[in-house]
Parts: sequence; C-alpha cells; structure tokens
Amino acid sequence: MYTQEMLEAIKIVEKTRERRLKETFPRLKPEEKEQLLRSFHPDYMPDAMRPVKVGPNKGEKMPHEHVDLLESRSMLDPDHFSLEKIDYDVDVLVIGGGGAGTSAALLAQEEGADVLLVTKLRHGDANTMMAEGGIQAADKENDSPAIHYLDVMGGGGFHNIPELVAALVMDAPLCIQWLESLGCMFSKFPDGTMNTIHGGGTSRKRMHFAHDYSGAEIMRTLRDEARNRGIKVIEFSPAVELIMDEHGQCAGAVLYNLETEQYLVVRSKTVIIATGGSGRLHIAGSPTTNHYGATADGLVMAYRAGAKLIFLDATQFHPTGVAFPEQIVGQLVTEKVRGLGAQLVNADGEQFIYPLETRDAVSSAIIRECKERKKGIATPSGMYGVWLDSPMIEILHGKGTIEKELPAMFRQYKRFNINMAEQPILIYPTLHYQNGGILINDRAETSIPNLYVAGEASGGVHGRNRLMGNSLLDIIVFGRRAGKNAAQRAKSVQLGRLTLDHVKRFHEELQKEGLGQKVAPILLPDYRGKIS
Amino acid sequence: MAEEKEMVNIYIMGKHYKVPYGLTIMKAMEYAGYRFIRGCGCRGGFCGACGTVYRKPGDFRLKVGLACQTVVEDGMYLTQIPFYPANKATYNLEELTPTLGTLLQYYPEMTRCLGCNSCTRICPQELSVMDYIAAAQRGDIEKAANMSFDCIMCGLCASRCPAEIVQYNVAILARRLYGRHIAPRAQHLAKRVEEIKAGKFDEEISRLMKMDRAELQKLYDARDIEP
Ligand SMILES: Cc1cc2nc3c(=O)[nH]c(=O)nc-3n(C[C@H](O)[C@H](O)[C@H](O)COP(=O)(O)OP(=O)(O)OC[C@H]3O[C@@H](n4cnc5c(N)ncnc54)[C@H](O)[C@@H]3O)c2cc1C
Ligand code: SF4
Ligand code: SF4
Ligand code: FES
Repeated sequence: MYTQEMLEAIKIVEKTRERRLKETFPRLKPEEKEQLLRSFHPDYMPDAMRPVKVGPNKGEKMPHEHVDLLESRSMLDPDHFSLEKIDYDVDVLVIGGGGAGTSAALLAQEEGADVLLVTKLRHGDANTMMAEGGIQAADKENDSPAIHYLDVMGGGGFHNIPELVAALVMDAPLCIQWLESLGCMFSKFPDGTMNTIHGGGTSRKRMHFAHDYSGAEIMRTLRDEARNRGIKVIEFSPAVELIMDEHGQCAGAVLYNLETEQYLVVRSKTVIIATGGSGRLHIAGSPTTNHYGATADGLVMAYRAGAKLIFLDATQFHPTGVAFPEQIVGQLVTEKVRGLGAQLVNADGEQFIYPLETRDAVSSAIIRECKERKKGIATPSGMYGVWLDSPMIEILHGKGTIEKELPAMFRQYKRFNINMAEQPILIYPTLHYQNGGILINDRAETSIPNLYVAGEASGGVHGRNRLMGNSLLDIIVFGRRAGKNAAQRAKSVQLGRLTLDHVKRFHEELQKEGLGQKVAPILLPDYRGKIS
Repeated sequence: MAEEKEMVNIYIMGKHYKVPYGLTIMKAMEYAGYRFIRGCGCRGGFCGACGTVYRKPGDFRLKVGLACQTVVEDGMYLTQIPFYPANKATYNLEELTPTLGTLLQYYPEMTRCLGCNSCTRICPQELSVMDYIAAAQRGDIEKAANMSFDCIMCGLCASRCPAEIVQYNVAILARRLYGRHIAPRAQHLAKRVEEIKAGKFDEEISRLMKMDRAELQKLYDARDIEP
C-alpha cells in the first residue's frame, strides 16, 4: 500500500496524464545516447571494475564481483581429492536445469546418448521460469532472418559474433515450431497465427509470448517432456568443478550434494554447461530480478579449465525493477508494460525519456533523473524511483487490459495492495542479465575439447547488450545445438585418466599473485541475518 | 527518512524469532538466520518452490501462501513444504488424442473429486482449481488448459485434496494436449521453416555476416520500423 506522501505524489502524475497521452517524447540522437550512457550507466562508473590477475582473461577489466570469484580457489583440494570412485558414468552430462540445459538434454537423448542432468535447485527453478515478456523469431510475412540479424547486431552495439547471430536468427522459427509441437501454448489468434508484438530495439513485431508467463510456459513444457522421456535428473547437487583427462579433454564434473554434503564424481564423454547468469552476485550493490541460484558457477569452473570469457564487462540493468513495495524490490516489471503504452514520469509528472529506447539508455536516464536532477520519488526505505504510469494502458487499450495481458504483474502488485490499473507504479533499474559469458562457436563448443556451453552462461551472441526476447531464443537455439553436437561427439570420444591437474595449476597461479583466500563457486548467496 | 522498523514475533517450526515488520516470510526466515537449500527458487512468485503453511494465533484455520510473496504477521506459526510426493504420469504426447479418455487413462483419480473447493480456496494464484478439474472431468480440455494457465505448480492444492488428485499434473497434461493437438498450428511459421530449410535466406545472411561495422550501421540506421 502506498504511503500518504506517495499518494500525494501520484496526484501530480494524474494531473499531467491527459496531456501526456498526446505527447511523444523525442528519441535520443546517437550522440545523446552515447553521452547519457557514459555519464550514468553503471558499466561506465570508474570504480565498478578491475582487471583480473589470473587465467585466460588476465589483464581484462570486469566487475569486482566477477573478479572476486575468478580469483578464488576451488572447494576441492586437488592434491587429495580422489577421482577413483566413479559415481555416474554417462555419455553427456548437462549442468543446469533451466531452459538451455533441458533443451540440451532432450536433444542429446534424441541422438541416443545416455544423458544425466544435474542442477543446483529443483529442475526448472531458474531464470527461464521467470521470463515474462516473450521470445523472438522472424516468422511473419513482413519479417526475415536478415532483418532480425540487423536488429540483434544493432542492439549489441555491433560487437556480436556474426556466426552466432546467424545461428540464432536462422534457427529461431525452427525452435518456435519445436516448442509449438511440444504443446507450448503461445498466444495465438483463432486461425493459429501467432500474436506477436514489439520489444525494445525490434524493427518488426516478432515477440511471441504466452500471456506474461512466457518463460514459465516454455520451462514447464520442457521439464514435463524431460520427465516423460525418463531423463535422469539429480536435483540439489550442483557441479563445483570440472574434471579433465590426461589429454586435456573435459571428462566430467564433481558434484556436491547440498543436503548430505557429499561429493559425487561424474565421468562423462562430453559436458554441457548451462548454469545461467549471475544476478545474485549483486553487481554494483544492485538488487536483481534473477533466481536464487544465479551465481556464475559455470563461469568459474570453465575459467579454471582454461575457457575464455567474453563481454563480462557489459552488465544488463533492466530499467524497470520494482522500487516499491519493499518486499519485492528489484523484481521485474516486464518491458511489455511500456510496450503497451505506459510512460516513465518524474516527480513533476513529466516524461524524461522515450520509453522504448534500448535498456541501457532507459536505465541511464532513470538514474540521471533520480541522482542528478533530483526528480525521483523517495520510498519509506530511503530508495528513489520514478513512476511508470500503468493506468495509461487501460485508457489506451480499454478497461481490464492489464489484468488480461499482464496477469502476473497485476497479481504481483495486488498482493501488496496496489492496483496498477488505477495507480502508477514506482520503479528503478535492477540487475537483470549477464550479456557476456563463456565464449562459444556456432556449434556451442568452447576452446576445450568435449566442453559445450549454452544459454546465459555463454557469451558472444548478444554482443554488449541483449534485446528482450533474444535470450529465451538463445537458450533454445544453443541448448539444442549443444545437446545434439555433444551427443554426436560422445560417440567417438575416448577418455584417458581423470585428473584435477588444471585446478592444481590454477591454484599455483593464484598463489603467485597472493590470491585465493576465498572459495568459489559460491553456489548460493548468503542472506543470513540480513534484509536481502 | 527510513522508517523505524517495528519488530514482529514469528514461530518457525515452533521456534520463536523476532523479525522486522513488513518482510516476506522468505526474507524473514533469512533474517532469522536460515540459509535456504530447498524452499526457495525464483524468489519472485513464478516457480512454486516456496509453499508455506501457517496459522495465526486465535484462529483455528490453516493458511497457505508462497514464502516469497507473503508478508509476515505478528504471531504467525509457520513451516515450509519443500517437497510434496505427487503422482506424475508419463506419456508420449505425440501419440495421444485430446479426449476425456486420455485424461482418465493417466489420472483416473480425477473422478474422485468431492467438490469440496479446498483447492480453489488455497491456490496462491487465485485460480478456480476445482472448476478446472470439473472442466477436465467433462473432457473440456480447452477450458481446463486456459483456466489453469497461470498455475505455478506449487503443489499446495494437492496437499489439501481429500481425493488425492494432483490437480497441477492434470492441468499440464490438459495444456500440452491443447497446445499440441487442439490449437491450430501457425501456418506462417511452418512456411518460414520450409523457406529456411530450402536455403532462401542463406545468401542474404552470409552477405550480412561479411559486412563491417560501418556498413551494418548504415543498414541498421535505415531500417523501416513496423508501426
Ligand atoms: C525476471 C526475468 C525476466 C526475463 N524475461 C525475459 C524475456 O521476456 N525474454 C527473454 O528472452 N529473456 C528474458 N529473461 C532472460 C532469460 O529468461 C534468461 O536469460 C534465460 O532463461 C537463461 O536460461 P538458462 O537456461 O541459460 O539459465 P537458467 O534458466 O537460469 O538456468 C540455469 C540453471 O542452472 C542451475 N545451476 C546454476 N549453477 C549450477 C551448478 N553449479 N550446478 C548445477 N546447476 C547449476 C540453476 O539453478 C538453474 O537451474 C528474463 C530473465 C529474468 C530473470
Ligand atoms: S493450481 Fe495448485 S499447483 Fe497450481 S498454483 Fe494453484 S495451488 Fe499451486
Ligand atoms: S480439493 Fe480435491 S476434492 Fe476438493 S474440490 Fe479440489 S480437486 Fe475436488
Ligand atoms: S521462490 Fe519461486 S514462487 Fe516463491
């Protein structure tokens, strides 16, 4: 429920609403955008990053929170840990039970591989489950993979790796069709035509969705299919280190059973990392939209084994995270709210940015409004935010639109006695997405033999800035590619003696730099005794 | 102007803790010193990992809620249900027909519904659970699919069902049957997949792949944007 002060502040928004309905805020010119980002985007803050001192990316700058993990030592003591007793011996090991991992497991099984999927929480407790907005694919008459390609490139600042983008856009319709055939209930017109809308940075309406439970619908469908097919899944048993063989090939992983605190050894001919993102590192002290297990574990393990990381210095802040009520601070307010016409408004009831600029620009503008121009609205906990004028949606599209089109959002606010169909909501940028990750090629391979990566843990396809709807797409496209390729490769792989020598070497490197006091992967954030 | 934090008393599995007023059950348990392994997933109301049963003093009723979405109240007695053993049928979706017979074949217990409405009363998503089960019983798969669409599979309904029906598993079968066998396929999608397989876009994509940044930027800036 809003406080009296906030209710007063809302009156100012209501006063200007009628006028604003007819008003379009001018879009940023390229120079203006550049200037805005440089001055206010968290990536550009001088104290946010430092060069990492060890490993394949030595000397490159990344956020402190990532560097801290990359400069940590293993949970295992590589001199004494025994790989003698093998608990599981499989063809393909998939690490991570989100959308990328589950797609990979399904495709690997179709190729005839013996697959094991291991995950840290329950199968499906993942960022994939939380995606609301939708998934892109160029499947309409006025659209084409080439147009999609340009949008992806422009969104990523033209830093994207061309072969990955080509794979993304060319596989996109195929992946939507795959999901459709698995029974995914996309929002469709009565004749079966997909209902598609714009997202930030799209030039065609190619965002497919399932109300605002798009990710949940995809995730629960894939999970149900995996269960029907009897794919082996071990929950609450995260991987904590990769295992290599004497020939320098990836050969499995060590798992840690969170409940019994025992280690398990998995030998596997190929390994797919699908551990997702890193929002729970709370980069720059920010709250996050991410699930509980988003702690960059895959990056840490792959880095020690010698895989290169890319674009980790580009972090995506989502412009509209909840700033009030306090109980859900940092949670996502989907971009679709702006897509449906809600404007961003400051304490004076005025617009200050075109609402569908790219995410980095909108986030920066909100930060400028609150920090420099002091036109933010204070919350009882001392945070600041700006208004997202959601009632406009009801005026533009008719009463009841919010409850129908945005049931998850509507419910979220209603639980805390705010009716977003009648009252604007208070928002502030929140840590959302890891644009970069482990470098892969268009077969989802890394530079390490037998090691594949798919999904948010990978890097390159989105350049320095991912567009909404391209991540759900990326996890399906590269999840499927990783699964298929890993299973095919497994057929001819001969593994040698298993070792943790790479961890030993990494520890030596740490020691030379006087590092390695902390232990990683951290597996779960620690909020004990705090108000998270 | 940070507000003075009032404290409230809660009882986690019978043990007393003082926590700040206004926190969700999840954050309150962490404040009290718990570090979740089970019972915490998305932290945002989407995954259904955090089903919690509680009672308030002086009230005989058992209440339930999602720990990540429910605010603590003074005197709350609570415990999480981190796992609930539930019957899940396995099937090959492709071979199924979207009929009542299919639903009954996999979940015959569905017919045991007593119409007690406990599931509807308890659902944190405020779904009409009993009504979607009734739709399933009639073989109205489309209705069961649509009515259950917002289900996050938290399992709370099943935990209270005297007929031992696993409502959310019936529901996902209905939804997948609907999506696969009843909803009309997207023709434009099938056409585009054929075009891609036939190599219609190969040349254009490989041309784009070879362009340098300046050329791409020019094309990008000149894009026409669908209104
Ligand atoms: C709130 C929210 C909304 C979003 N909305 C959209 C949207 O509308 N459109 C879009 O395209 N994208 C969206 N995204 C982004 C997108 O959902 C994610 O990037 C994507 O789903 C990531 O999928 P993934 O499979 O790579 O990772 P995840 O789905 O996060 O899965 C990773 C899995 O790995 C597990 N794991 C982690 N570490 C380990 C370990 N050490 N061992 C074993 N398992 C481990 C995790 O617990 C989890 O199960 C959104 C993201 C969020 C958070
Ligand atoms: S229908 Fe049952 S499983 Fe689904 S959200 Fe409601 S209570 Fe949870
Ligand atoms: S709780 Fe079980 S018996 Fe009662 S209405 Fe729901 S499905 Fe029927
Ligand atoms: S933690 Fe996912 S619904 Fe509460």
